[in-house]
Amino acid sequence: MIGLFWNLLLANCWVFLTGSFGVLNYLFGFLMGYVVIALIHKRVPALEGYPQRLPRFFRFFGFFVWELLLSNYKIAVDIVTPPWHMQPGVIRYKLFAKTDLEITLVSNFISLTPGTLVLDVSEDKTTLFVHAMFLRKEEEVLADLRNLELRILEVIR
Amino acid sequence: MMIEILISVLLLTASIVVLLASIGLLRLPDLPTRMHATTKSGVFAIALIMLAVALYFARVDITARVLAIITFTFVTAPIAAHAIGRAGYLSGVKLWSKTVRDDLKDYYNEKDTDSS
Repeated sequence: MIGLFWNLLLANCWVFLTGSFGVLNYLFGFLMGYVVIALIHKRVPALEGYPQRLPRFFRFFGFFVWELLLSNYKIAVDIVTPPWHMQPGVIRYKLFAKTDLEITLVSNFISLTPGTLVLDVSEDKTTLFVHAMFLRKEEEVLADLRNLELRILEVIR
Repeated sequence: MMIEILISVLLLTASIVVLLASIGLLRLPDLPTRMHATTKSGVFAIALIMLAVALYFARVDITARVLAIITFTFVTAPIAAHAIGRAGYLSGVKLWSKTVRDDLKDYYNEKDTDSS
């Protein structure tokens, strides 16, 4: 987070110093700031790991949009065709995420993916109760959730 | 010209998604599955419509607002879905008769036997 803050600050500096307030110039400033941070991040402990995080974020973004399209399509097909193919059910999902922020983000994204909805978190914060629409093979659903969670944790940790 | 086609495609896809969501809302059998149909496609459709708006106006201030709207719907819609789904479950709304399994019921039963 602190890395992103510094990057934005550097971008602002660039925009103020060049004096042209446009989206393109701001993006260019952001890019320059990113390069600067990538050059010095090994010597500044607070910035450690930030340069790897930004590409991971974009990779996650692409992955997530793709998942969104795919599962939206799956549900749409089931809604339009008369017989029900779905097998809904509530399953337990063991979390790797530890802090409240991580759990919130992970459950938020699980709820955003069509086909899965977080119903409750267990009191000791280790398990999510996920309502899944296509529960033909439980392991597959759990593996998908795990994949999503690991990608999120990769970005924020 | 290209931009206009892109905008129309975005808007049309969004309306189809919303139409499917409303059909799902009518057809699906119980509360959680209905939440599936409405929230996700709602967020998805809003994102598509907002992208079309940004492309149509092609101005910095409007694009910034569009990004803000997309971010906030992405952050808040799942929380609303979670809250409604959980409240419905706790107030005893029956799940669909063909629901395969229900681990949450076991969990609440365990908790009840622990506390009593």
